[in-house]
Amino acid sequence: MITAGFLPTITASPFLSTFIWIILILVAMYLARKPSHRCLISFSLIIRNSMRLFATSIKLAEKRLNERNRDVLLSAGRQHAERCVEREFERISNSVQRELEGYPQVQRELNESIVKLNEDHNKSSEVPQALPDWIKVIKAIASIRPASDPIVGNMLEDIHQTLSEQHVKALEQQRMDASNRHAILNRMLPLLRGMKKILGGLNKSLSELNFRAKRIDRYMDNYEQIREQSDAAMGTLSSSSMTQFFISGAVLLIALGGAIINFNLIALPMSEMVGGASYLGPYKTSDIAGLVIICLEICTGIFLMESLRITQLFPIIGSMDDRLRMMLFWIALSLLAILAGVESSLAFMRDRIAGDMEALRQSLAGVKPSSVAGSVIPTVGQMVMGFILPFILTFVAIPLESFVASARTILGIIAAWILRSLAFVLRLIGQLGYYTGRLMINLYDLFIFPALWLEGVVTQSLFRTQTKGNETDKEKTIGPGTMPSVEPLAENKEMAK
Amino acid sequence: MKSFRFWLIGFLILLAGCSQQSNRAKGVYMLLDTSGTYAVELSKARLIINYLLGTLQPGDTMAVGCIDTGSFSEKDIVAKVTFDARPSVANNQKRAFKNKVSSFVTGVRQSRYTDISGGLLQAIEYLNESGAANKYILVFSDLQEELAQGYVRDVPFELSGFHIIALNVTKLRADNQDPKIYLARVEQWRKKAEKGGGTWRVINDLERLDNILAKG
Repeated sequence: MITAGFLPTITASPFLSTFIWIILILVAMYLARKPSHRCLISFSLIIRNSMRLFATSIKLAEKRLNERNRDVLLSAGRQHAERCVEREFERISNSVQRELEGYPQVQRELNESIVKLNEDHNKSSEVPQALPDWIKVIKAIASIRPASDPIVGNMLEDIHQTLSEQHVKALEQQRMDASNRHAILNRMLPLLRGMKKILGGLNKSLSELNFRAKRIDRYMDNYEQIREQSDAAMGTLSSSSMTQFFISGAVLLIALGGAIINFNLIALPMSEMVGGASYLGPYKTSDIAGLVIICLEICTGIFLMESLRITQLFPIIGSMDDRLRMMLFWIALSLLAILAGVESSLAFMRDRIAGDMEALRQSLAGVKPSSVAGSVIPTVGQMVMGFILPFILTFVAIPLESFVASARTILGIIAAWILRSLAFVLRLIGQLGYYTGRLMINLYDLFIFPALWLEGVVTQSLFRTQTKGNETDKEKTIGPGTMPSVEPLAENKEMAK
Repeated sequence: MKSFRFWLIGFLILLAGCSQQSNRAKGVYMLLDTSGTYAVELSKARLIINYLLGTLQPGDTMAVGCIDTGSFSEKDIVAKVTFDARPSVANNQKRAFKNKVSSFVTGVRQSRYTDISGGLLQAIEYLNESGAANKYILVFSDLQEELAQGYVRDVPFELSGFHIIALNVTKLRADNQDPKIYLARVEQWRKKAEKGGGTWRVINDLERLDNILAKG
């Protein structure tokens, strides 16, 4: 027989047996109280300390990861800033070369214009001879009333006539001189306009140079901030990286859509080339062949972009000799054109096969073939699409580079966040384990409270007996006569120290 | 050197694994009952064959055989084809197959007896030879077997990996009077198919042809 389901019976009465068992258990637990407390304390400390140890090592890993993220971010930012400054210098160099390489010519033209202007100015500075003063004399003589003497009258008449002729001549000469002066001034006008234009061009070039110089200053400021590893630069770079990640991810998704359309264009005709009955694993060989062609197109596109130095996924291509790089560019372009041509012809073939299949289906279903099937527009559309899509996929290299560069930072940030969360969870588990240990100790004492109460009563009575017998010997008393206060975590604290 | 050898072996294993071509070809053998009571139903069989031709892919095998007095013979194969891997060639083969079946259905001669077992044995033999991975035998018949004198068909069927599908199992006059006869007939064939290791299905509603090869 057993009592309470699992304990063997001691007496005939199950109630009594259970009671005796409870008493025995209480006594046993009371006797084993201190070792049990120690055991529970040790267990809780093991949990807490091990979890704290784990958490610390994870925090260290997170710290290292954060440092690495910071380095990666700064390195990316520095490279970007360097590239920007480099580009601006290149632009300035090109601008200086384009605008100022003709500066000697401009200077010569300006000098010539100035010399001509000078000459013209000198010429125009010759003031035309003024009308002679003797006009007044003529007027005076002309105003003399002819005397009765005809000789005098004739003489005066002759003088008047002669002087009038001279006056007309002088007037004509003066008009001619003035006209010549005006002609010289007219000639000066286009020269002045030309000079204005030249100087305007120079001004524009210098303004552009000034603008670019200011931009370089700005880039250099950014560069300096990055080098100083300032928080502002870090914030900007981090935000920029996040933006780049999402934008390039979105563009890549769009490109993926294009690749899927491209795949559908060539998958069916590929079965005509490699057979539609063979499989590689769970996939049709023709599908894999179509996918390989698209991958090849993307790879060729990436090499094309690399050789143009638009992207820098493969630094070895960017650092090649210019002649070799251009050769690579032409090879990539030729391959891309060939692949585009192949794809266009596959698109044509796809249209033919699809039409044939549709006709067969209709004939099997006993339906007359529709006249729309004879239209060439879908065929041409598919062929054009088949030719253009490989070239469009070429541009995938640009968002791909941004995505790869920003993904390093973003993945680092995510990993750091995960590590931080893990460390927090471990610390939480450690603390929970520690306080669970304390709770268990208290529950233990709660369970054996009759024994503890009894201990308190016994101690109190002993204390009273002893105080009555020997009041002076107070130092030998065990306690104040109450239940001894238990400090279960005193040892724990010592161990923790 | 050791690690190089290790990588080389790994690469070769990977390559071999990738290049291993899995056989997914379907083999379909359709038996057409040409006995007196059932020959009128053959126009429906043409629809089923057309549907199958539209469904089967390059690399699949299809054959149509007739059930007559003695069906265990190559002469009873009306048309047979293994579709070419190229879709355009396969389409032409399907057209030719369709024409052959159409001309057979138009000029079919009714047989006096119905040797379904012989037809099944012929189908098993043909499909096993075709090497198809998924084998289907479609029995277009009322499943009422009548053997001529001297024909022995108590051979056990080896139908492991085969899917037997009875199509358009019409009810005879006696079935109408006592449905147990019909049920017993169908049950007898089910037992034969499953005893041989195959699966058994009955499709009487020809509107549900899309289920023929889907479930097996």
